[in-house]
Amino acid sequence: MSKNLIVGVDVGGTFTDVFILDETSSSVSVAKVPTTPKDQSVGFLNGIQSEIDELSNVATIIHGTTVATNALLERKGAKTGVITSKGFKDVLEMRRRDRPNTWGLWGEFKPIVPRDLRLEVRERVLADGTVRELVNIDEIKETARKLIEDGCEALSIIFINSYANDENEKIAKDAIQDIWPNEHITVSSEILPEIREFERASTATLNAVLQPVLSHYLGALEEKLTNRGFLGQVLIVQSNGGVMSVDNAKVLPIKTALSGPAAGVIAASYIGMNAGYPNIVSCDMGGTSFDVSLISDGHSKLSAQTSIDFGMVVRSPMVEIITIGAGGGSIARLDAGGLLQVGPESAGSDPGPVCYGLGTKTPTVTDANVVLGRINPASPIGGRLERLDVNAARDAINFHIAKPLGIDVMDAAEAILRVANAKMASAIRLVSVERGHDPSIFAAMPFGGGGSLHAGALIREVGLSCALVPRFPGITSALGCVIADMRHDQVQTINKTLDDLDIILLDEEIVRRRTEGHAVLDNAGGIFDSRADQIELDMLYVGQTHTISVVLPVSIENGTSNVTKKVIKKAFDESYKLQFGRLLEGLGIKIMNVRVAVIGERPRFDLSVLAPSKNAKVENAIKEKRQVYINKNWVEVTIYNRLDLPVAAAIDGPAILEQPDTTIFLEHDATGVVDKFGNFRIVIKP
Amino acid sequence: MIDPVTLAVLNGRLEQIADEMDATLFRSAFNPIIAEAHDASHGLYDGKTGETLVQGKSGLPIFVGAMSFAVKAVIEKAEKDSDMCEGDVYIFNDPYDGGTHLSDFRLVKPIYRNGSVFCFIASVGHYHDVGGNVPGNYNPAATESFQEGVLIPPVKLYEKGKLRQDIIDIMLANSRLPGSLYGDLNGQINALELGLNRINELLDEYGDDVVFNAMSELRRRANKLMQSYIEKLPDGVYGAVDWLDNDGIIDKPLKLELKIRIAGNQMTLDFRGSSLACLGPVNISRSTTIAACYVAMKHVFPEVPANSGVLDSIEFIIPEESILSVKAPRPVGGYTETILRLIDLVFQAMAEAAPELTNGCAYGTINALSLAGYREDGRRWVMFSFFGGGHGGHPKGDGLSHGNAPISTATIPPLEILEAAYPVMFRQWALRADSGGAGKNRGGLGAVYEIELLEKSAEGFIFGERAKYAPPGVLGGKSAALNEFYFEQNEGDSTPPMGSKMVGIQLMNGQAVRLETPGGGGYGDPLLRSIDAITEDIRLGYISPENASKEYGVELGPDGEIDVLATQVKRNRTLKVETMP
Repeated sequence: MSKNLIVGVDVGGTFTDVFILDETSSSVSVAKVPTTPKDQSVGFLNGIQSEIDELSNVATIIHGTTVATNALLERKGAKTGVITSKGFKDVLEMRRRDRPNTWGLWGEFKPIVPRDLRLEVRERVLADGTVRELVNIDEIKETARKLIEDGCEALSIIFINSYANDENEKIAKDAIQDIWPNEHITVSSEILPEIREFERASTATLNAVLQPVLSHYLGALEEKLTNRGFLGQVLIVQSNGGVMSVDNAKVLPIKTALSGPAAGVIAASYIGMNAGYPNIVSCDMGGTSFDVSLISDGHSKLSAQTSIDFGMVVRSPMVEIITIGAGGGSIARLDAGGLLQVGPESAGSDPGPVCYGLGTKTPTVTDANVVLGRINPASPIGGRLERLDVNAARDAINFHIAKPLGIDVMDAAEAILRVANAKMASAIRLVSVERGHDPSIFAAMPFGGGGSLHAGALIREVGLSCALVPRFPGITSALGCVIADMRHDQVQTINKTLDDLDIILLDEEIVRRRTEGHAVLDNAGGIFDSRADQIELDMLYVGQTHTISVVLPVSIENGTSNVTKKVIKKAFDESYKLQFGRLLEGLGIKIMNVRVAVIGERPRFDLSVLAPSKNAKVENAIKEKRQVYINKNWVEVTIYNRLDLPVAAAIDGPAILEQPDTTIFLEHDATGVVDKFGNFRIVIKP
Repeated sequence: MIDPVTLAVLNGRLEQIADEMDATLFRSAFNPIIAEAHDASHGLYDGKTGETLVQGKSGLPIFVGAMSFAVKAVIEKAEKDSDMCEGDVYIFNDPYDGGTHLSDFRLVKPIYRNGSVFCFIASVGHYHDVGGNVPGNYNPAATESFQEGVLIPPVKLYEKGKLRQDIIDIMLANSRLPGSLYGDLNGQINALELGLNRINELLDEYGDDVVFNAMSELRRRANKLMQSYIEKLPDGVYGAVDWLDNDGIIDKPLKLELKIRIAGNQMTLDFRGSSLACLGPVNISRSTTIAACYVAMKHVFPEVPANSGVLDSIEFIIPEESILSVKAPRPVGGYTETILRLIDLVFQAMAEAAPELTNGCAYGTINALSLAGYREDGRRWVMFSFFGGGHGGHPKGDGLSHGNAPISTATIPPLEILEAAYPVMFRQWALRADSGGAGKNRGGLGAVYEIELLEKSAEGFIFGERAKYAPPGVLGGKSAALNEFYFEQNEGDSTPPMGSKMVGIQLMNGQAVRLETPGGGGYGDPLLRSIDAITEDIRLGYISPENASKEYGVELGPDGEIDVLATQVKRNRTLKVETMP
C-alpha cells in the first residue's frame, strides 16, 4: 500500500475542516464536521475517517490547532511556577502599566500564574551582560522543589537581562533538571533572547503553561492515529504561517497560539499567486469577527507580537491579521444618540442570530441577510439547523431598528448591511491604504462562511480590483495546512549602534542561528523542494523608540554571511525611506535585534485539481429563482449551484451562487466568472 | 436632513481619518513620550467655531477635550490678522491660549474647499524638551512659565504651502534635544498632510454638503446622547472636596471643590470654593479644566463620542481667580496633577448621584521622575519617566493593579530598556502590598520601584502628588496608601520636604531612589468584602494580615489564619453600630 494522501486538518471553534489531496490520482476531497471542544482529537479523527478508510494510505497530516489558544483564553493551562530574579516576581502581573479599555476604569487582570507560584532567587545580570551576582545552585533547587511540591507541572525561568547573558538562566536550568528531569521547563533566553522583560516573561510563561497541555494532546493524537494504522508524519501549523514537527510543537507550543488564521492566509496567498493575483487582501468572516490580512507580492506580513487577551502577550512572529468585531453574529443596535451601530457585541454561533431560534432577540448581520433573501433559509451552513426563522429575524429588525428609525423593515435590513460593510471596508483600508498600498492592485479573497455575501460591496467601497472566491471558501484553512512551508524563527538582541557594532560577532550570530535552524529542519524529517534563509535586523535611529524591519540582502556561503556595515546602512536607508518617505541625515543608526528565519519549502500541488468537471454546464447549475431585496426593490434573482458551474462560466448580477459552505451574492453592478482553478472572480462592471 | 445610514457610515470614515493621523505620528515620532506613551492626538474641528467633530481613538484622552480650544485660538488669531490662506499651518504651545503645558506643541491646519474653510485638522504632541530650567520641563520649583520652557504663540509654520524654516530654527535653538524635536515635528507634518488628503478624498466621494450635514448631525446627536445619560441621574446637587498636597513652593494644601448640579437633562459643574491661583506649577487654564471634566465624563459614560456636542448640555462655573482658570505667566507645568484631581472629584461626586456608574479614585499622580548626569566619557544622560499605580475598586470587581493614569493610555518603558539606555539598575519593580484602598471591591495595588545609580554621581528631580492626601474610596470604600518617595544619602534615607516634589536630589554611585505609589481607592464598605476574598488577598500577599484586621474587621486566630466565626461576630457588631441612628 502506498502512502499517497496528504491531509490538512484545521480545527476551528465550530467546525473541523479536512482537505485531502490524493497525489496519485490528483484529486481532492473535503469534509466538514463539528469540532469536539473537550477533546479536539475526536472531531479530528471523525473528519479524516469520514473520507479515508485506510489511514495507512496517508503520508502526511498537517494540523492547524486551537488547543493552545483555547487553553489560554479559558485559563485551562497547566499549573505553572515561575522562578525569577529577586525584586521582580510581579513583572508578569504589572504588565507594561496599561489598561484594557481607554475609556472606563473598570479593568481587571488575573495573571496566568498567581503570585504565590512566582518565586524569587538572588541573582543579577546587568544590561551589558556583566554577572553582578551569580545564581546559587542550592537556592535554585530549593525554590524549584517548593513549586513542584505545590503541584506545578511546568516551570519558567525568567531572569532580568538574560537576553544579554544567559549564564545564570543556564545554571538554573541545569540545577533544576538535576532534581526534576522533566521537559516542561521554559528558559526565557532560550525561547526569546530579546530585550523587554515583560514580553519575554509573558511569552516564556505562556509557553510553559502550554507545554503539558500540547504534549498531552499531541501525544494522544499520535497514539490514536498509530492505533488506526497511520504510519506517516504529523506536522503542526505555527502562527507564523509555517509548520513544525510534533516534537518541536511540544517544546514550543506558544508558536501555535494563532495557527488557525495563519493557515487561511497561506492558502489565500497560494491561490492568489496561481490565479495571477499576487496582491491579495484575505477576508475571513466568521460568526463574531472579520479577520483581514494583506498579502503583497505573494508575501504576508509578519508582526512581532500579539495579545491573546488583555495582558497575555506573545512575542513571536505571527502572520499579521487585523480583527474587527463584524461577523455574521454581530449585533445591530441604535445607541442612545440614535446612531445605528453594528458590533462589536456578537451573538456568536451559539446562541447565534435571531433566525437560529436559539434565544437571541437582537438582530444580527446574518438576520439582515436572511430577511433580504440573500441567505437561503432552507439550507443553513453547517447542517446543524433544519431551517432559519425568517419571520423572527424580520420582527427583531423591525422592533429594534426600523421602528425607532421610522423606516421600512427591509430598508433597515439593508442599512444594517451597509453599516457592517462600511466597518469591514475600514478594516481593509487599515491594512492597505493606510500602509501606503494602492488598493486598486489588490484582490479581495473572502473565505469563512459569510465573506462572499459581502465581497462585492467591499471591492466597490475600497476600490479593490476584484474579489476572488476560492472553490471551497469554508475549508480554506485546511487547504492552507497542506501547502504551508516548514519555518523556524529565531531572534537575538544586539542593541548596538552601527558604529559600535562588531561586524564579525554579528556574522557569527547569523551563521550560528541559521545552522541551528537548519538542524531543526533536518530533525523534522520532512521532504523539502528547497530551503531558504531570511536574515532581518530590527533597526532605528538613535533616540527613536519604534524599530523598522530591515531585510539584509545576504546569503550564507562557506560559513559566512559576508555582511558588512555598508550593506546594513544601505538596506536601512532603503527600508526607512520606503516607510517614511525621507531619511533623517546626521543621526546615528542602531541595530536592536537580529532575526533569522529558515524555511523548508514543501512540495506544492497543482490547484487545477480543484477545477470543476469538464462536463459541467451553466444551465445545469441553475437551481431556482428567488425574490431578493436589493436597493429598495424586490427583484427576482437566479440562484445557481456554484460547484456545478463550468470553467469560464460568466454570471451577471443580480445573482446568487450557493454551495454547502457559503453563499456568493452579486449585486446589479457586479459580474463574475469561473477561472480554471474553480475560483469565482467578481468585478464591478465599468 | 441626512439619512441615518449614510450618517453611520460617515461617522466611521471620519473617525478613521483621525485614527490614521494618530498612527502616522506614533510610528514616526522620535521621543518615547509620543511613540510609546501616545502623548499626542489628532482630530477634525468645525471650520467656523473650532468645536471638536471627531478625534482619534488612540491619542491621549485629555486632548479630546482640550484640542478644540487650540483650534479656537488659531481662529481668533486668524480673525485678528485676517490673513489665513490655503496651505497655512499654525504652530504654538501657548498653554493659556488653548493649551495644556508648554511641552505640548499644536499644529493646526485649515482645510479649504472652493476657496473657503471647510474644517480644521490639528495635531498635538508632547515634545521631549522645550527649554526651561529642567530637562523634560517638569519643574516643580517653577513660579513663572518662563522657568518651564520656551513659549511660542500661534504663528504660521507654513504660509500658503511654504515651510518657514525660521520658525523651526527658533524651536530647535530652544531645546536640549533638537534632533528629537525635529523628528517629532516632521511626524506631525506628515500626519496633517495625510489628513488633508484623506478628507479631500472623502469629500470628493460623498460631496461637501453631505459631509457637512453629517458633521452637524453628529454634533447634535452627541449632545442628545449626553442628555440621555444626564436625564437618568436623579435631580439634585452632589458635591465633593479633594486636595493637592502643595504647589511645590509653599507647603500648604490646595483645595479643589466641585458641585455637580443635575436638573432634567442639563448638568452644571461648579468649581466655586476651589483655591486661588498658586505660586507653583499646579495651576491650569480654564480650557484645561473643561478638558479634564470631559475626560472624567467619558470614563463614567464611555460611549459618549469625542465630539464637542457632549459639552453642549454642561454648564461650567470656574471662578476666574481660581487655580483652575489662570493666565500668563502663572506656571502650569504640573497640570497633570491638577487634572487628575478634577477627575477624582467627578468620580466622588458621581458616586452620590449614580453609585452603579462610578469607581474609587485611581492613584492620582503622574510621578515624573528624572535622573541625569554625565558618563565617564563626558556624554550627558537624562532618564525621565512617569510611573504607575492602582485603579479604584468598581461595581464589577477589584481595581486594576499597576494601571496607567486616567488622562493617558501610556505604557511604561521596560526596565531592561531603561537599564540598557542609562547607567541605572532597578533593585525592585514590584506590586506594593496594602496600597489598595479597602472596600467591598478593593482598590488595585500601586507599585514599588527602586533604582540604583551605577555612575559616579547624578542629580534627580521628582514631581508627584498624593503624599499627604491619599486617593479616596467611594460609597464607604477606604482611601489607598499615600505616595512615598525616598532617596538614599550617606546619613540614611531621606524624603522630600514637599512630600513628592523636589529638585536637586544628589545621588552618588550605589545610592538609590525608591518610589512607592498609591493604589486605587476602595468601592463599598470593606466589612462587606467576603472572607474568601480576604483570605485570597492575604495568601497572595496583596494585603497583610494586620491590614485585614485593621481595615476589614477580620479576627485573626493564633496561627495567623482568619478566624471565620470571630470575624463574623466582630463584623456584625461593627455593622450594627454603624447603622444605629
